[in-house]
Amino acid sequence: MIGSPDLVAFTKEDDFGESFSDPLLLPEEFSVPLFNHTTNANPWTKTSYAKFSKDFILISEFSEQVGPQPLLTIPSDSKVCGTFDLNYFSLRIMSVDYQASFVGHPPGSNYPKLNFVEDSKVVLGDSKEGAFAYVHHLTLYDLEARGFVRPFCMAYISADERKIMQQFQELSSEFSKASEFLKLGNRKAFANELEKKLKDLEYTRSVLHKETELQKMHRGCYSTQAIEKANELANVEKSIYEHKDLLRQITSFPSRKKKDMDFVQCETEKPTEISAVDDTLMCNSDNSVKSVETESDNRKSTYTPQFIKAKSAKCFDKRLKTLEELCETNFFLQTLEQLNLVERSFRGDLCSIYTSQINRALLIKQRVTSFLFEAEADWKDETSKNFSISSNNPLIPILNLSGEPMSLDSYTPCVDVDRIKPSGEYIEVSSTSDITQETSEAADTETKGSFGSDKSIEVFGSVSPSNLQSNYLDGLERSKVSSTSSSEDQKVGKMSPKMTSDGSPPKVFGTENLVPMDPSCCIGQDGFIDEEPLPEIAQECCGDTVVNQEPLSLLHGDPALQMDYILEDSTLAGSPNMRLTFSELNTSGLSEEAARIHIEDVSDSTSYMSTSTSSDRAASPFTYGSALTLKQKKKAGHSALRFIRQYPFAHQAIFCLLSGRTLVILGSDEGTVRKLVNALLIFVPDLGKYGDTVQPWLSTPFQLTDLQRWKLIGLQRAASPAGSSILYSLNRYSRYISILDCDNKTLRCPPYKGTLINHMADHRTQIKRGSTYFLHVQSLLTQLTAKALLYTFCHHIHLPMDMNDQGSVTSRRTNFLLQLGYTVEESKIVQYLSELIKEHYIQGHSKGVFSFNYTTSYLYKI
Amino acid sequence: MLRWILGAREAQGTVEKSAALFIGEEQPKNCFTEMQVLKGHFDIVRFLVQIDDLRFASAGDDGLVLVWNVETGELLSELRGHMQQITAMTSYAYIKGGDTHTALITASSDRTLSLWDPDTGNRVQNVSDLQSSVKCLLVLDRLDTWVSGGNELCVWNRDFELQCKTVHHSDTGISAMVELPKNFIAAAMDREIVIFKLNVSGSDIAVMAMQHLADHQDTIRSLINVNDGLFASGSHIGELILWDSLNWTIQAYEHILWEESAGEGQSEVRLTNQKQVERSIQHMSSDGELLVAAVGSGLYVYNVPLKSVVAYRRIAHDSNVLHTMLQEDGHLMSCSEDGSVRMWELQDLPLPAEPASSGLFGMFGTFGRSSKQVCPPAKNLPEVSGLRSLELTGDLIGHSGAVQMFVSFKEKGLVTCSTDHLLIVWRDGELQSQLRSLAVLHKLEQNQGL
Repeated sequence: MIGSPDLVAFTKEDDFGESFSDPLLLPEEFSVPLFNHTTNANPWTKTSYAKFSKDFILISEFSEQVGPQPLLTIPSDSKVCGTFDLNYFSLRIMSVDYQASFVGHPPGSNYPKLNFVEDSKVVLGDSKEGAFAYVHHLTLYDLEARGFVRPFCMAYISADERKIMQQFQELSSEFSKASEFLKLGNRKAFANELEKKLKDLEYTRSVLHKETELQKMHRGCYSTQAIEKANELANVEKSIYEHKDLLRQITSFPSRKKKDMDFVQCETEKPTEISAVDDTLMCNSDNSVKSVETESDNRKSTYTPQFIKAKSAKCFDKRLKTLEELCETNFFLQTLEQLNLVERSFRGDLCSIYTSQINRALLIKQRVTSFLFEAEADWKDETSKNFSISSNNPLIPILNLSGEPMSLDSYTPCVDVDRIKPSGEYIEVSSTSDITQETSEAADTETKGSFGSDKSIEVFGSVSPSNLQSNYLDGLERSKVSSTSSSEDQKVGKMSPKMTSDGSPPKVFGTENLVPMDPSCCIGQDGFIDEEPLPEIAQECCGDTVVNQEPLSLLHGDPALQMDYILEDSTLAGSPNMRLTFSELNTSGLSEEAARIHIEDVSDSTSYMSTSTSSDRAASPFTYGSALTLKQKKKAGHSALRFIRQYPFAHQAIFCLLSGRTLVILGSDEGTVRKLVNALLIFVPDLGKYGDTVQPWLSTPFQLTDLQRWKLIGLQRAASPAGSSILYSLNRYSRYISILDCDNKTLRCPPYKGTLINHMADHRTQIKRGSTYFLHVQSLLTQLTAKALLYTFCHHIHLPMDMNDQGSVTSRRTNFLLQLGYTVEESKIVQYLSELIKEHYIQGHSKGVFSFNYTTSYLYKI
Repeated sequence: MLRWILGAREAQGTVEKSAALFIGEEQPKNCFTEMQVLKGHFDIVRFLVQIDDLRFASAGDDGLVLVWNVETGELLSELRGHMQQITAMTSYAYIKGGDTHTALITASSDRTLSLWDPDTGNRVQNVSDLQSSVKCLLVLDRLDTWVSGGNELCVWNRDFELQCKTVHHSDTGISAMVELPKNFIAAAMDREIVIFKLNVSGSDIAVMAMQHLADHQDTIRSLINVNDGLFASGSHIGELILWDSLNWTIQAYEHILWEESAGEGQSEVRLTNQKQVERSIQHMSSDGELLVAAVGSGLYVYNVPLKSVVAYRRIAHDSNVLHTMLQEDGHLMSCSEDGSVRMWELQDLPLPAEPASSGLFGMFGTFGRSSKQVCPPAKNLPEVSGLRSLELTGDLIGHSGAVQMFVSFKEKGLVTCSTDHLLIVWRDGELQSQLRSLAVLHKLEQNQGL
């Protein structure tokens, strides 16, 4: 397909070459640079000294009690990290949290001040461990924590430094989403916590007040107890004031970036989904959580304030909240989901990530035709949106594989426009050679200037989004702003009924707290006012639930907890086939993609050797309601390969599918029929996300409308009365269908003359692997699609010269296709594809028109 | 065709092939290469009425009247109200506010008559509790009235007010009506054709029977106007009579017998031994010069001015032909209970000297035998010279039940309705493709690029 690494080889020529530009060359932004062979023969050997087998995501916390500690990894499988010391690495990554998230009493202010700090995004390298990481620091608010903040960080750890550096942009945006989920939930939880604290305080005040009054009555105003009580009361008053101020601050959280709206929106748009995830997880996790939930429902309205003693507990006595408690469960799960997605999407070698990104970006550009043969991406649209290529500014960062030191300018840290922090606090780039570290040996690092106490750890610079492709990103952001701001008012209005009609800020917190509300905050607040504050209740019941256990280092932590995480992980991962178990494989340091290819390779080639024994392997990809994935299609490629080797009339069968003639595969054995359907699947144009145009197994007579809907049908041959009516319908509609009889090994269909399908389905092909064959077919189909696109949008062949010119249009069309080098039959293919493109372009979907030809069919036998 | 699959059906297949026509899958003259299935009815669809260039209505045994757009296949409105099957439907043009509107009049077995506005889907007028259910409707544009025929004939004005009606005639009732000049109406009642006169005096209309024409030997199945001077009727046993519209005399009489000829193959003889060949004239259509009659499962083309047969096919379909249509330049269409629509072309026969023709001539032994002396004797003279053949140019297979009728929208397509509850719009694929291309280029222009 487009951008396949071995197909797209484009290197920059010398200076004199620039004068001549080959029009056939790909634009630079779509090129994938070749691996530099001189430095290393095996592209994967470099990673071999890393102590972990594949990339993973680590979440760490700088605990005020025990210092830096790893909380969880994604994937949670302990094999992933291997012997890699998570504790050590947590220490490393947390130690560079230079972020001065100052909370407390700033000079000149009487009250503690919350800072709404931006997350910081840093690239770190630890050459000794062979680990490189994108580190995303964030702070969450916790009323009980020191300075009300808890520093966390999420890190994407990979052995490939280039991957981190060059995917920085994507990593940053994906992690920002995750972070946004966390922070959003955290703000809600924090506000909830504050409200309860306020209630407690007010209750305490009233109790103290009563006591004071009582003491005044009994002992007079100036007794020591009375003074003590009065002081205490004053303290409580002050505390109330401070907390109210905090609440005001947290609820008036400024929406610094309109971009945040995206997350908020996407979060609010799918509340059912969240709750569904929530429900399933609740079932899986400990029952106590459930009971807490139900209990909390009852308690919602009747929260009994507690008396707060003057002296708070010691710092080390109290139990710190878990991450899940800090930001409500829903949001925590969403974050995990997002991180799982990130882990999945950044799997594999950089090269393949590039390829798929280019591929995806190109696919977005060709929406007009991509529905025909392109597999629906495994990713959601939402994520792929971020990879769109703007034509002016290539997405792919400048690659520095030549070994030359990259100019400092390109990575000069610069301040993000909306960051609050002054630029002076940014860390300096340690040295130029560090950036280009992949070209130098690991041993060299000792001699280089490095950062931190340990010499093996380098900070490559905190790369802010604005300096990589500022133009591109600005454009993107602008467009986002424009698109979101228009819908913003409406959204807010919908979600917050308190919003007054003229758009003025709503008043929520009574008259003494007239706080101007921000739309984004409104949404959050709407939630925490109307919804049940779950985490706080959960926290109250601490001690006897699993959820509230202190997260420990996973490597040395107790297995029960780990199991818990795995459980969560598997529920979140959704499709089990996405996750591969590597237990059979030795962790030889191969990248995961390579390993996966290896698996496919093995299975493919073995089945190729013995086609007869592998009959069970080709399971049908159709499971109702689930989308067809690229992987299933690649597997179908394997079956297709077998099909074209076994059946000499494969060309005719493929021709039928490509020209839109419904192919019926008739057989008595369901397995055989399904296998054939599976094999021919990849040739069906406009297959649909769920394979809508294919019916793998049908045991009832089909109707005319079915022919309109399905282009590939597996049909049961039976001796029953139903079977005879099936045969009747076959007979009746024989002019619209081609019939492949797999019991007699015959095919009845129109003839095909031409070379196109010979290329596509050469039975003597040297291709041995299903996925390779699939790509081969895809590339030919892409060519065909391009021709169909050309044919569809070529003005002069479709516009009549005058009103009574229909005949000449027809002949011009025919001639055009003949000039493209197509035979009459191949012209039919292009015409059919063109009709599909037209319908798709005009109305976005098929109208349900069934077109056909009156041609004679012939019977082909083996 | 699919004998390699069917096996057992082979014997029958050969019979079919020799008995009926088999055109095969290669049909270069058949331009209908695109179809769209319209679903909406729950029972047999019997009637199709064209409303204007774009819209048509369908009705049938489920009592529903559906209005469709022929270009897009979109269901525009559902006219609900009838409790039982619809027995007749016609369009009714009236002038309101200077514009001509087309309404629909429907009659149902629930003994109601309704006037519908297809634009809004409203039932504008409704008459219930009729003495009998109406079997046919006739709009008289000149008088701005319309006539319903059941067991009695009723005349209505545009406001659905009963103007007058005849006495109860018979239980069989009026099965068909045609308008004749000078405010006369011919109505078919069992074996008779009754001529009614509408006396218009001011706003009052009176109806009276003028004459009973009892020349048919069996039930009259179809009654049509041929041109200004002639109308035609066809009976259950194959009698075809041409009548003068003014003095109601017989102008021509044909009795189509479809008799066997000795030269046919054995299979055919066996077939005829088993059952009587159906020769009921189910339907007729005419363009003023030619007249096509659906006789049993065959087709019969008659030249009205020459009063001679032009062409015929004894077995044009595998089953009874239900509807026919004459198009320009000698093309005609027919649909049948066998679920197919066939397109025919009148072609000149090859010269009699050629050997191929002898077999063909052998096929027709007796046809159009005149048994009444009214028939001009000149007819027998050019019997062979004027004869042309009816060649099958294409067939449309899609319905799984009898095709009840069809309506042609010229280049926009052909609509068929069937016992299988479906409607199918057949379109010229090449033309549609060109139209879509224009639409694409238009949208491209609007979007200013892809």
